[in-house]
Amino acid sequence: MNNYSDKIKSILTDLGLSLLSIIIALIVGTLFIFLTDKSPLDAYSALYIGAFGNFNAIANTLWRSTPLILTGLAVALPFRAGLFNIGAEGQLLMGGFTAGVVGFYFTSLPAFIHLPFAIIAGMFVGGLWGGLPGFLKAKMDVHEVIATIMLNHIAIALTINYGINIFRDTGRPATPKIMESASMFNFKNIMDYPLLSNLPFAKLFAQPAIRLHINFFLALIAAVILWYLLFKTTLGYEMRAVGFNPDGAEYGGINASKGIITAMFISGAVAGLAGVGEVLGTHLSFMQGMDAGYGFTGIAVALIGQTHPIGVILGGILFGALAQGGLEMQFSGIPSEIVMLIQALVIFFVAALQVFKVYLAKRKAKGGVE
Amino acid sequence: MPREDNYILDMQNITKIFPGVKANDNVNLSIKKGEIHALVGENGAGKTTLMNVLYGLYEPDGGQVFYDGNKINLDGPQDAIKLGIGMVHQHFMLVDPLTVTENIVLGNEPRSGLMLDQKTAKKEVKEISNKYGLFVDPEAKIEDISVGMQQRVEIIKTLYRGAELLIFDEPTAVLTPQEIDELFDIFRSLKEQGKTIIFITHKLKEVKTISDRITVLRGGKSIDTVNTADVTKEDVAELMVGRQVLLEVEKTEAKPGEEIFSVENLNVKDNRNIPAVKDISFSVRKGEILGIAGVEGNGQSELVEAITGLRKIVSGKINLRGKDISKYNARQIKREKVAHIPEDRQKRGLIMDFDLKENIILGYHDLEPFSKNGIMHYDNVAKYTQDLIEKYDIRGGGMEAQAKNLSGGNQQKLIVAREFSHDPEFLIASQPTRGVDVGSIEFIHKQIIDRRDNGAGVLLVSAELSEVLSLSDRIAVIFEGKIVDVLKASETNERELGTLMTGSKAEAGGESNE
Repeated sequence: MNNYSDKIKSILTDLGLSLLSIIIALIVGTLFIFLTDKSPLDAYSALYIGAFGNFNAIANTLWRSTPLILTGLAVALPFRAGLFNIGAEGQLLMGGFTAGVVGFYFTSLPAFIHLPFAIIAGMFVGGLWGGLPGFLKAKMDVHEVIATIMLNHIAIALTINYGINIFRDTGRPATPKIMESASMFNFKNIMDYPLLSNLPFAKLFAQPAIRLHINFFLALIAAVILWYLLFKTTLGYEMRAVGFNPDGAEYGGINASKGIITAMFISGAVAGLAGVGEVLGTHLSFMQGMDAGYGFTGIAVALIGQTHPIGVILGGILFGALAQGGLEMQFSGIPSEIVMLIQALVIFFVAALQVFKVYLAKRKAKGGVE
Repeated sequence: MPREDNYILDMQNITKIFPGVKANDNVNLSIKKGEIHALVGENGAGKTTLMNVLYGLYEPDGGQVFYDGNKINLDGPQDAIKLGIGMVHQHFMLVDPLTVTENIVLGNEPRSGLMLDQKTAKKEVKEISNKYGLFVDPEAKIEDISVGMQQRVEIIKTLYRGAELLIFDEPTAVLTPQEIDELFDIFRSLKEQGKTIIFITHKLKEVKTISDRITVLRGGKSIDTVNTADVTKEDVAELMVGRQVLLEVEKTEAKPGEEIFSVENLNVKDNRNIPAVKDISFSVRKGEILGIAGVEGNGQSELVEAITGLRKIVSGKINLRGKDISKYNARQIKREKVAHIPEDRQKRGLIMDFDLKENIILGYHDLEPFSKNGIMHYDNVAKYTQDLIEKYDIRGGGMEAQAKNLSGGNQQKLIVAREFSHDPEFLIASQPTRGVDVGSIEFIHKQIIDRRDNGAGVLLVSAELSEVLSLSDRIAVIFEGKIVDVLKASETNERELGTLMTGSKAEAGGESNE
């Protein structure tokens, strides 16, 4: 029982520390707001109201957090297996592009086939894009950081620079709009579905400004599946063993290659799903700029979430809230540069805190008896 | 004030608290000028913490320290060094590519202009070396000299900085029996010259041999300080552990059965791709313990890794029950009922960040009842872990505690519990009691003998000669990757083994190679 309460205590400590670092970041941020003629109080209340002030705001915060949760997961899982996946960006692009092409190319598929097909195709290609560096690492000891960075560049070239131009039909740098049958369910259209429109809170969702779509829930499901994989399966056990101590895992007869390739494939598929959601749910076509650096922000999301799938959900929502609330801050007259700066400060302090925590843990270990 | 005038050091009621642990709880330690004082205690008793307080690395939460009659407050090791306190660490703090002289004067160099004054430096090193009988080659590079000489360099280093009180942290752990004798000669010569020595150890034989007085720590408290002449080894062990301990291994005559394991002309390379195991052949029979004695770094590690599937072999055969397993990987070998206690429990034996229950199934995690169809069954694991924790008396926070939070002895028990619980028929135990406290050593030795008496073959690799001698039925001595001799344990002694271990063929016989 004691251990159980210890666990809760340590989770609460983690949460408390994260909260503390956000507060420190906001305090430091006031210094920069003083550079403008606005009051920090107004600025921060705008940030809060923009992110959580009403139902619309919350829904859109969750919408913005969706790709970040997924790329966060794509970094977190390999991290647990001792790998640093810098390639979520490329995996996202490959997945999104594939889904976009499947989405417009097949014109006469029923929705119950077309949508799952597009999702799975996108995740699969994303998975290959992650699995390849995993394979290179496992079989030829190619460092995954180098391989994933290179694959990011190749993905950008393949999709944005080259792929779009094959298919585009307008002046806009994007693939053609996807078929209705491939699009993800958007909550603002809830009234179009007789079954759902009778739900008690349906009306709340039926507003044109709400952009939340079903991929948010797919992201939550992905997080739960990854949690189960990591902590409840033998494969997860082996991945974590390799991640913590490759020599110990080898001694335990664990084949590191299997874990490395699987972790990287799944991670690529999850990053791919981030791209899929942006294409099939948000933009309805694969377009230049849709990746918005999610793959890289995902690294911060994963670290803030302690590379724990459930923590990543919270980390993703934090970043979603900063993005969504930041808009409101801009409307209230704070220059967008300051908004970005405050976002960066929050990331910086939360990340610095992690470093601080690691340092504390090390000191504690060092200071321990013998 | 110090409690007596002739105390060079008097630490009174030292308390040091780390989050969750009272590492030192009102500890008292008083050292007379010119004595050799042994500080003994099990792992986790607080010896290192106390010395780190003395050396200025930790600030105590309570208590006071008197040195040479004055109360002192240290801000760091520099202060301690200034006062004349020197520490010879267990792991040497030397710069490998530099020469002996350069290492000794490092940080206190005699200069001529901007350059190191090599001549003066060498002269000063020679002087100290001669005065205390500390033989070193001032011009040799550290990487080229023996461990024993490296230790002498460390000692000269402290003397060069004017140490009057020298602290030795487990200095004999890395030495051969001959080197230990030499070290004790140095101790005596230092004592003659008026130096004071604090000697941290958990080897009782050495305590009896060299020390004048003994202070025993247990559980962070100072239990007693006694005159060495007034006590037996057993008395000290009892003070350390808090109960009576069997120091001698009790075992009956081995009843060897058929051969279970053998290697033939085995060749293995080390990480630098240099041959480490050279044409080794030996065999182990059921119900016997074959000990491998040797100074560390003579190919033992590579040998064990090769036969446990952790290292590729260059050539030769490894036979288990007559079957060649030299191509098997670690998992396949485990499934052949081979247990392995690895030499480095932190690197190999445990996943330090895993908790007890995750560690206790390492290597067996994919077997029922721990998992089924790829899904872990942690409820079964928990029951199993609870059983083993009780059976093997593993202390330190229960099954949810991380392995890194256990003491060395309990970590080792955890490995023993895991490896011995799957009815091994062949057991490879590499340094099974390294850094383990007296109580746990007794327990682990008994477990190994039990396995033997149950008909398992045992290969024991240990740098601890007394361990090899007392546990083994036969002893193979390894030197520079070759087996120099195989002897009956009952017909040899530490001296003969020690000579063989350093490569000189014993003039006294024993059995020749098989």
